[in-house]
Amino acid sequence: MSEHILTAHDLDVSEGQIPRENWFESSETLSKLRKSKKFPTIWCSGCGIGIVMGALIRAIDHLGIKNDEVALVAGIGCTARMPVYMDFNTLHTTHGRALAFATGLKIARPDMHVIAIMGDGDALAIGGNHFIHTARRNLDITAIVVNNAIYGMTGGQYSPTTPLDKRATTAPYGNIEPPFPVCELAIAAGATYVARSTVYHALELDKFLAEAIAKDGFSLVEAMSYCHTTYGRLNKFGKATDMMRSLKDNTITKTAYDKLPPEERASNTKFVRGMFCNIDRLPYTSQYDKVIARAQGGAQ
Amino acid sequence: MTAKTDTDRTEIRLAGEGGQGMILAGIVLAEAAAIYDNKNAVQTQSYGPEARGGASKAEVIIANGEIDHPEVIAADVLIALSQEACDKYAANVKPDGLLIVDEDQVERLPNRPVIRVPVSKLALDTTGKAITANTVALGVLVGLTGIVSRQAIEKAIMARAPKGTEEMNRKALEAGFTAIERLAH
Amino acid sequence: MTIKLMQGNEAIGMGAIAAGCRFYAGYPITPSTEVAEILSRELPKLGGKFIQMEDEIASMAAIIGARVGGLKSMTATSGPGFSLMQENLGYAAMAEIPCVIVNVQRLGPSTGQPTAASQGDVMQARWGTHGDHPMIALTPVTVRQSFDLTVKAFNLSEKFRTPVILLTDEIIGHMREPVKLPAFETIHPYEQVVADTPESYKAFRNEPGDVPPMAPFGRGYRYHITGLFHDEVGFPTQRLDEIDPWLERVNHKFDRHLDEIIMVESDFQEGAKTAIVTYGATARSARHALKIARQRGLKVSMLTLLTIWPFPETQVESLGDQVDRIIVPEMNLGQLALEVERMVGRRKVKRVNRANGEMVTPQMILDAIEG
Repeated sequence: MSEHILTAHDLDVSEGQIPRENWFESSETLSKLRKSKKFPTIWCSGCGIGIVMGALIRAIDHLGIKNDEVALVAGIGCTARMPVYMDFNTLHTTHGRALAFATGLKIARPDMHVIAIMGDGDALAIGGNHFIHTARRNLDITAIVVNNAIYGMTGGQYSPTTPLDKRATTAPYGNIEPPFPVCELAIAAGATYVARSTVYHALELDKFLAEAIAKDGFSLVEAMSYCHTTYGRLNKFGKATDMMRSLKDNTITKTAYDKLPPEERASNTKFVRGMFCNIDRLPYTSQYDKVIARAQGGAQ
Repeated sequence: MTAKTDTDRTEIRLAGEGGQGMILAGIVLAEAAAIYDNKNAVQTQSYGPEARGGASKAEVIIANGEIDHPEVIAADVLIALSQEACDKYAANVKPDGLLIVDEDQVERLPNRPVIRVPVSKLALDTTGKAITANTVALGVLVGLTGIVSRQAIEKAIMARAPKGTEEMNRKALEAGFTAIERLAH
Repeated sequence: MTIKLMQGNEAIGMGAIAAGCRFYAGYPITPSTEVAEILSRELPKLGGKFIQMEDEIASMAAIIGARVGGLKSMTATSGPGFSLMQENLGYAAMAEIPCVIVNVQRLGPSTGQPTAASQGDVMQARWGTHGDHPMIALTPVTVRQSFDLTVKAFNLSEKFRTPVILLTDEIIGHMREPVKLPAFETIHPYEQVVADTPESYKAFRNEPGDVPPMAPFGRGYRYHITGLFHDEVGFPTQRLDEIDPWLERVNHKFDRHLDEIIMVESDFQEGAKTAIVTYGATARSARHALKIARQRGLKVSMLTLLTIWPFPETQVESLGDQVDRIIVPEMNLGQLALEVERMVGRRKVKRVNRANGEMVTPQMILDAIEG
């Protein structure tokens, strides 16, 4: 898929190397963005969400899926603003409910690629119930959780993935709630494909997202990101680049992790990146086709 | 003044314990009237949260014309298969109405004319199954009141009876009819 | 079709099928579960889809999602679930997604009395969401009307791109009476037509009095749907010159179509100075009382509302011009009475209320007529 990956040159529009009017046509992936008035994005400069958007577009492009066949469904939050910038069928819903809307849409249109884009608060706090049940039912939906460990849009309150002892505007003395392990939660609930990467490891994200979209079943990609504006500032983590570097330094590949001796594994504090689950299970809509056949055949 | 009805409506209440099938009996009675006897009927019900046990009642209004208020205002007929049902609803039976009780289940009787029929015992004796008490009750009710024809109630029961239970239900209904004939002698 | 003894809830299920509903999502709640049970059995026979969601919030979300995908959709619930649906109901109003929400009202507040009847959600049906938007709520009185108004609810929701509430109650929902349903071939579901090309299509075109048709996803019309205030193509906006035309169009969507939306049954008596304004199960008690009153030589008029939202202002106002007194019986502590009072003045209105799970009796209404 390397031929589709953006080069630094592609993105260097500020230098005026590509005339503004030709910008969207300057690469295959940029042509999947909406040419309309919505740019620049609402995200803070240095935010990781845009990298996930790029990875998603490259993954869709790599799979050769037509724009008409893709539906992006999002809830509320910084991450949930992502669909509006992309030239697909885009549904921006209510806080926490992206997967419930996506469930109805997928059942109505099993032929479409339905992708739910959520932040950690959206997917796992207010939307936690829908998260586990959509995985359990095995709707063929790709769930993307951009995990920045904080409620960014509302100004830095602690989320279900905020690490212990870290500060948030609603945890001024440090967070006392243990974070959800997002991937493990999805596996336990029945997801058929689960992977984690970070916005530093953009090429890895491309790959995982493409595999997740291609998967016939509920898939989850956790994209670890950061919020330098709120979480970073409150915890003195420095600039966006510092937080980006920490994603590089504080993660380890699953391959490397698996090779560690048991005692080192036990004491490992780094986040593990990789694909954790890839199983086959008949998706909900295929199961329901059997219901239709039974109902129409008159059998019980 | 009380709200006496303007039509020929007959108000029937069937009450017992949850799980005795009194609501089903009410539905069957209403179907006998509306589908097989060309009358109008409305059936309502109330039940506690329990699927079994607790008080349960069905109400059926039968008339030739329109039925507006769908619930019993003052019962023309009450058939009570449990003490609780009798205690709760006997006072609402019209002075000239009929109060029918299962004589083995209802010991304390109100101070008014009561027709006592061993409904559950008849069910057990006839079919060996206590769950047919509701069918016996319908036989008693129809036998006493003629509110629907015997053919209509039989057709309505047969239409609802699970496959293989038709004969059992026919016998239970017949036992209800016969019990009334014995009462009359 | 032959005569069948049918429950109101069953008639709602059949009405949905007849109206072209092909997706149902719901969560079990007494006294509405029969609707779900019937549709879980009937929908797959027609290739339609049924799903039992994890809660009512998800149910409401799923029916919106399914309609965005092109399937006419419905959910059914009762008070507690209806409360949970409100946020997404507002979303459907904002994003103009057609869908039908059945609320079989039970006694509240809170868990209340699940098997007891109520008309306690009248105001919630109108004002339950946050913010301003118009709303349609229909209230059947009979089992047959439960069928007819379900069909009507779907057709109105499609025609006006709006959620429609079928606001029934435990009495009508569980009551059985004989009905003969029309042959489904004789029912003509309203179908939206998207005449524009994908290039010229504006999903939220703001031409006054106009309802732009909704293109389903995945048919070449790629556009954005959001619960944020949005411009004509669906993009979020904070510009007043884009928000104001939306407000103008959507909040006056029904104004020129009230004849089609508002359904009432009038039974006026020449010279009557007393009238009853009624809806839902209580209308049956009211009719019972009305007949007795007339037998006694009293002159009484009656207006039965099959549409309570938008409120039939003209009809109630003109009734108020003809009579001295309007009796409003309700299985609540006075909700629609507020609307009647708004139209005819408080002094003319006599409320008859009962909110303990039992029906308002004909006697209570008769007492008000005679009192």
